[in-house]
Amino acid sequence: MSLIEITEVRKSFGANEVLKGINIDVDPGEVIAIIGKSGSGKSTLLRCINGLELIDDGSISVAGAQLLPDELHLKALRLKVGMIFQQFNLFPHLTAGGNVMLSQMVVKKTPKAAAEAMAHKMLERVGLGHKYDAFPDELSGGQQQRVAIARALAMQPIALLCDEITSALDPELVAEVLGVVRELASEGMTLLMVTHEMKFARDVCSRVVFMHQGRVHEIGKPEEVFADPKTPELKQFLGVH
Amino acid sequence: MIEFSLWDIVRNLLLAARWTVVLSLVSFIGGALVGTLLLFMRIGRRRVLRLFAKYYVELFQGTPLLMQLFLAFFGLGLFGIDVPAWLAAGVALILWSAAFLTEIWRGCVEAIAKGQWEASSSLGMGYVQQMRYVILPQALKIAIPPTVGFSVQVIKGTALTSIIGFVELSKAGTVVTNATFQPFMVYGLVALIYFALCWPLSKSSQVLERKLNVAHRNH
Repeated sequence: MSLIEITEVRKSFGANEVLKGINIDVDPGEVIAIIGKSGSGKSTLLRCINGLELIDDGSISVAGAQLLPDELHLKALRLKVGMIFQQFNLFPHLTAGGNVMLSQMVVKKTPKAAAEAMAHKMLERVGLGHKYDAFPDELSGGQQQRVAIARALAMQPIALLCDEITSALDPELVAEVLGVVRELASEGMTLLMVTHEMKFARDVCSRVVFMHQGRVHEIGKPEEVFADPKTPELKQFLGVH
Repeated sequence: MIEFSLWDIVRNLLLAARWTVVLSLVSFIGGALVGTLLLFMRIGRRRVLRLFAKYYVELFQGTPLLMQLFLAFFGLGLFGIDVPAWLAAGVALILWSAAFLTEIWRGCVEAIAKGQWEASSSLGMGYVQQMRYVILPQALKIAIPPTVGFSVQVIKGTALTSIIGFVELSKAGTVVTNATFQPFMVYGLVALIYFALCWPLSKSSQVLERKLNVAHRNH
């Protein structure tokens, strides 16, 4: 059975239909790269999966948790999928450790000591154990993004959504974040990532989804999609002629 | 004719200034309490309450404080309720402060980046948890300078209550002038006392703004 089931999902912003019937099934442990031009609906799709945008039609479920627009169902769903954002969105008033602890304590009601231990463990995992007491504005972009990953991981999700997580980073910081993602992938974490890192998509991902004008235009293994694009749109996007 | 020494004048003005201070404190603290309540209505999810708070703020911001004082003072009298000047002054200033503080604080809550809501949502937090742990702690920090700044407006606003007969600094100034026939000096002293009350607050608002800005670099 698929872990994430996206069925006939439609979404409009006003008169502008940005998702025109999306179908994707993701198996446990798969790493999916979603590529496409800006405006193709790829970020919107990702944001629909954990309910940051409400869908107009179709259905989304993650490990049996249905996407329904009430707080109880949304919470159940969001406990299963974590999300990492382009702009990191760390809580600036809390230290790195505090960022990782907060949701464990208020959402899962984890006791403080256990949350602290988990925060240390997760920050260690992204290579930032020594930055436990640092505030977000004392960290580089790459470090902030790694804290954001640790924060999501501390909730022990079964899948992670990554929304252009390296796009706001200076080039030399991209590798450290992708390194962490690569490690997660090798440990079997299910990942859905909107990305512009084609090389990364080719190396790490199990499938690539090319979105164009609100539809899944091509989908397949990276070696097929990158080496042998079928449609002119994908050829143009990849710059092969 | 009785001669008044400078000290007589200053002493009487300072005694009356106590009431300016008391009225300012009552108005500000009361306004903050009512304002907090209104803020939660204003940014909450119940449409009726949101609209109520919105129109409340518009009403009180859209009419002169003087009219509000008159209405509180004379209006209740129409229903046979005898309102003493201090009560009318207190109530009107509390309601007026509440409106402005609600609006200031709403701005601060809305200034928190959308990403903070999204990140906390995606971690499974509900509305109340987001407010309590993520949004308000940050909003509070940026709210301090404008709130302190507004307290200056409250102090100056109390001067208007002299018109309905509440004896505070301005009213005392008028009374003393009527006895001494030295309006320029008396009102000059009154202005100085107001300045002594307000200036430290304005200054600290500026200092706080600079300090908190350093701590609140946006990411």
